Amino acid sequence: MILAEGTPLKVSLAATAASLVLVLVVFELIRSRRLRERYALLWLLTGIVLVVLSAWRGGLNTIAGWLGVRGYPPAVLFAVGLMFVILVLLHYSTVISRLSDQNTILAQRLALLEAKLNESREGRS
Amino acid sequence: MSAERRIAVVPAYNEERNIARVVGELRDFDPALDVVVVSDGSLDGTVAAAEAAGARVLQLPFNLGIGGAVQTGFKYAWEHGYDLVVRCDGDGQHIPAELPKVIAPVEAGEADIAVGSRFTGDESYRSSASRRVGIRLLAWIVSAIAHQRVTDTTSGFQAMNRRALRLFAIDYPHDYPEVEGMVMTIKHQLTLTEVPVKMREREHGSSSITTLRSIYYMAKVLTALFVGLFRRNIVPAEET
Repeated sequence: MILAEGTPLKVSLAATAASLVLVLVVFELIRSRRLRERYALLWLLTGIVLVVLSAWRGGLNTIAGWLGVRGYPPAVLFAVGLMFVILVLLHYSTVISRLSDQNTILAQRLALLEAKLNESREGRS
Repeated sequence: MSAERRIAVVPAYNEERNIARVVGELRDFDPALDVVVVSDGSLDGTVAAAEAAGARVLQLPFNLGIGGAVQTGFKYAWEHGYDLVVRCDGDGQHIPAELPKVIAPVEAGEADIAVGSRFTGDESYRSSASRRVGIRLLAWIVSAIAHQRVTDTTSGFQAMNRRALRLFAIDYPHDYPEVEGMVMTIKHQLTLTEVPVKMREREHGSSSITTLRSIYYMAKVLTALFVGLFRRNIVPAEET
C-alpha cells in the first residue's frame, strides 16, 4: 500500500539533491563570511529537515499518513518547505525592523555629534 | 617596563549596581591601569556610575551584544597604542585581585593571550548540570582543534598583548565571542595559555543566559566552529 501510494523515487532523488545543494550553498556563504552564523541557523535547519524528509522515504510517507495527505506524500515536502520559508521571512522582517530602528538611532546620534562638534569649534574660534 | 601602557576593557550592559565596584577594584589594583567601560546600550545609570568611578566610557547607541561591545574597547585600545589589554566583565564576576595571574604569562612573553579559567584551579564553580555538559563539550572540541588542553572556553577574563589585540580589533566574533575567539587565536598562530583563577557569583541582577538562549548559543557556536575549520584566516600576520 505504501509503495503504491508512496513517493516516486525520482521525486525523492531530485528533492534530496536540491536540499543538499541548499545546505552546501548556505555552508559556503557562512564560510566566505557573506552570511553570519546568526542568520544562517534557520536556513541550515530548513536545509537539514528537507534533506531528511526527502531522503527518508518511509518517514515522509508515514508523516503524510499522520497529516491525512492521501495520494501524494511529496506534498508534505511542499508544506514543510513553505512553512520554513514563512519562518525565515518572518525572522527577516524582525531583523529589518531592528536594523531600521538602529539606523534611525545612528542618524540621530550623528546629527547630535555634528552639532556638538560645530558648537565646540565656534566656541574656540 | 614602566613605559608599558595598560588598559582594562570592561563591557557592561545595565550594570549600574556593579560597575562602580568593578572600576574601583581595577583602579585599586593598579592606579596606572587605564579603565575603559563600554556601555552596550545600557538604559540605566551605568554610564554615569562608571564615569563617577573614574573610568573612560564608550557609549554604544544601542545594544551590540558582548562581542561587538568588547571589540569597541579593543579598537579603542589599539588606536590609542596600548601595549597590554585586560578584559574584565562589568558584572563583578571577575576579581581584579586575580589579574596578576592572567597578566603574568603575557608580560613574560610566554603567551600572546592568557585566559583565566574557573576550572583548572581547586576552587569549584557552581552551575547547572546542562551547563556543565555544554562547557565540557566546548572545552573538548576547542582542545581538539587547538591541539592543546583548554578547560574554560567561555571565560571573558583575559589579558593580551598588542599582537593579539590587533587580531581582535580587526576581526572579533559576534554575540558570544569567547569560544570562537580562542580558536581564532590558535589558527592565527598566536599562543594562548590558561591560568586558574577564582571567580565570583553575580551579586546583582541576573546573567543574560536563558534556556532558549543557551540552545541558540550552542547551535551558533558549534556551527561557527565547524565552518571555521574550512575557513582561511583573513587577518594576515603583521609585518614587522
